Amino acid sequence: MSPSLPRVSANVGIPKASLQQVFDNLRAAGFSLVGPTARDGAIVLDEIARLDDLPLGWTDEQEPGRYHLRKTREREAQYFAFTVGPHSWKQFLHPARLRLFGAEKKNGDWVFRLPEEPPPHYAFIGVRACDLAAIGIQDRVLLSGEFRDPHYASRRGNVFVLAVNCGRANPTCFCTSMKTGPRVTGGFDLALTELPDVFLVEVGSEAGSEMMKDTSWESATAFDLGQAARVFQQAEKEIERHLTTDDLPRAVYDNLEHPHWDEVATRCLSCANCTLVCPTCFCTTVEDASNLRCTVAERTRLADSCFNRDFSHVFGGNIRPSIRSRYRQWLSHKLASWIDQFGTSGCVGCGRCITWCPVGIEITEEMNAIRTKATQ
Amino acid sequence: MSVAFPATGIRNPVDPMLPRPAVIQAIKPEAAGVFTFSMAFANPADRDAYRFQPGQFNMLYLPGFGEVAISVSSNPEEPQVLGHTIRIAGNVTRGISRLKVGDTLGVRGPYGSPWPLEQAAGKNLIIVAGGIGLAPLRPVILSVLSHRDAYGRVLLLYGARTPADLLYTREFGRWREAGLEVNVTVDMGDENWKGKVGVVPQLFYFVRMEHKNTLALTCGPEIMMRFVIYEALARRVPKDAIYISMERNMKCAVGFCGHCQYGPNFICKQGPVFNFAAIEPFFGKEDF
Repeated sequence: MSPSLPRVSANVGIPKASLQQVFDNLRAAGFSLVGPTARDGAIVLDEIARLDDLPLGWTDEQEPGRYHLRKTREREAQYFAFTVGPHSWKQFLHPARLRLFGAEKKNGDWVFRLPEEPPPHYAFIGVRACDLAAIGIQDRVLLSGEFRDPHYASRRGNVFVLAVNCGRANPTCFCTSMKTGPRVTGGFDLALTELPDVFLVEVGSEAGSEMMKDTSWESATAFDLGQAARVFQQAEKEIERHLTTDDLPRAVYDNLEHPHWDEVATRCLSCANCTLVCPTCFCTTVEDASNLRCTVAERTRLADSCFNRDFSHVFGGNIRPSIRSRYRQWLSHKLASWIDQFGTSGCVGCGRCITWCPVGIEITEEMNAIRTKATQ
Repeated sequence: MSVAFPATGIRNPVDPMLPRPAVIQAIKPEAAGVFTFSMAFANPADRDAYRFQPGQFNMLYLPGFGEVAISVSSNPEEPQVLGHTIRIAGNVTRGISRLKVGDTLGVRGPYGSPWPLEQAAGKNLIIVAGGIGLAPLRPVILSVLSHRDAYGRVLLLYGARTPADLLYTREFGRWREAGLEVNVTVDMGDENWKGKVGVVPQLFYFVRMEHKNTLALTCGPEIMMRFVIYEALARRVPKDAIYISMERNMKCAVGFCGHCQYGPNFICKQGPVFNFAAIEPFFGKEDF
């Protein structure tokens, strides 16, 4: 047992089993742990308590329109041998269903009140570099403008981030193009790199340091650091997919009438899967409910998608009645207008929209087609 | 509820989506299926704090029904009582139309960009509106007419589908007396109609106007605004002297819901009033 805590920015090694101590420390500090677990044929994010809840020895195979989970023999002692699954952290920070406020009629007048549930304290276990970048993007969208989303702010302010460097990549990954990964570079409390026998831990904050209490940590050796570097170098080497970004947003704005929008519309089902799995897509709608006499009512915010027909409904008609116009809205927002709106791309290169598209539409390939001069 | 970061919003620092109760003071029928609801915040502190600029809008919330974005149509110099001219179009507006004087509903705002009244000082104004599109321009008219000497010629070109759809007709006489040149047309007349028949942009053919030192402000259906811009440009009004008010689906009015995006703009933040030069690349693009 180490007598003191590792300092911020230190790299230390812990036996893999000691991660349980970090979990216990987090729980003792009042955090609810959320992390990856294998369920329903996928790696999903859910409440976890123990090391056993992590998907030990599971790996994923992803391609356009395809996701497959399998046990791996060559990585059977690894807890993080997969990449990103269908879930992302936005479901905890920006929940798909959230009660905004209630209304009650008292003596004939409406009184509005905020829900009184205290905001949760989440510890996110196993956040990948691309997803950490996605959280940063949602921070800009929901916290950095004239208005701030208090629901997001209260969840976000309490989050403890335990990040993980990727050691492999899937054919859908392109974080290197979006400059978000595969190595975690900031915005975490602790960052793990999984080595054969130990976790190398980079301490990113005071809170992170405190959660290393009683973990029998030891300073990392030059050998450990070299091994860790090879982990994310391996992931980087495996990334084959590429998206050119230096001509964005112009390449989209200049091609809003490109014939390729019609072509992609023949394949796109407008099912909204891409927006659901995207870790940055933030659009919402609202639902109103009341009792029969309409004396008690409440407002609920729900995840929405620009692929839904009603999304652009106005009195007198629908602004985007065609799949062509809805796909164009999605891609042009993600890769172009997002930059104007928030000073960052809306894409982190996680590849989820490619994997979970039922017909395997690839944002990288569609963008390439749209920037290529049409041949008549 | 705790907020982890210091609040920067100037309106409701706790939750920009939480409405404040307001009481209906008066309901005035304006045209077929159109009413002006005048309301005042129930809380005197809200009444004192609230100020709006012509062209800005509020979110009106009818519990159990939903929320709608409605421009303030009353005089910005009398912000204690807020007029909202509402056309019954959907569930929420239908629900609001059943309310009576003394009923409460939720109001939050004001949101969005205003008409460029500061730049308009000393200039000629040509105000072009179609149908309910006159409502967001009424605060401009009221403000300009109460400081009439600060402006050059002020023209109103206004039209609606039928004579029964024309708004604020009872005020036209007063407006004319105060120095507004009111020109009206309808798409279809009736047996009593003795005025012009034709679409709004055609009114340009009946008026003589200066293109120099003139601002054009327009609000109405997008197709109307396209032709208004065409007529204004044809009369050598510069692109950056033309302002238009846009409409899109809107759920939150604070840039969170994503519904009102228009290229790089959010209608609720950069709009609804845009300088035409700034949105020309997107304006009129099909299904955009």
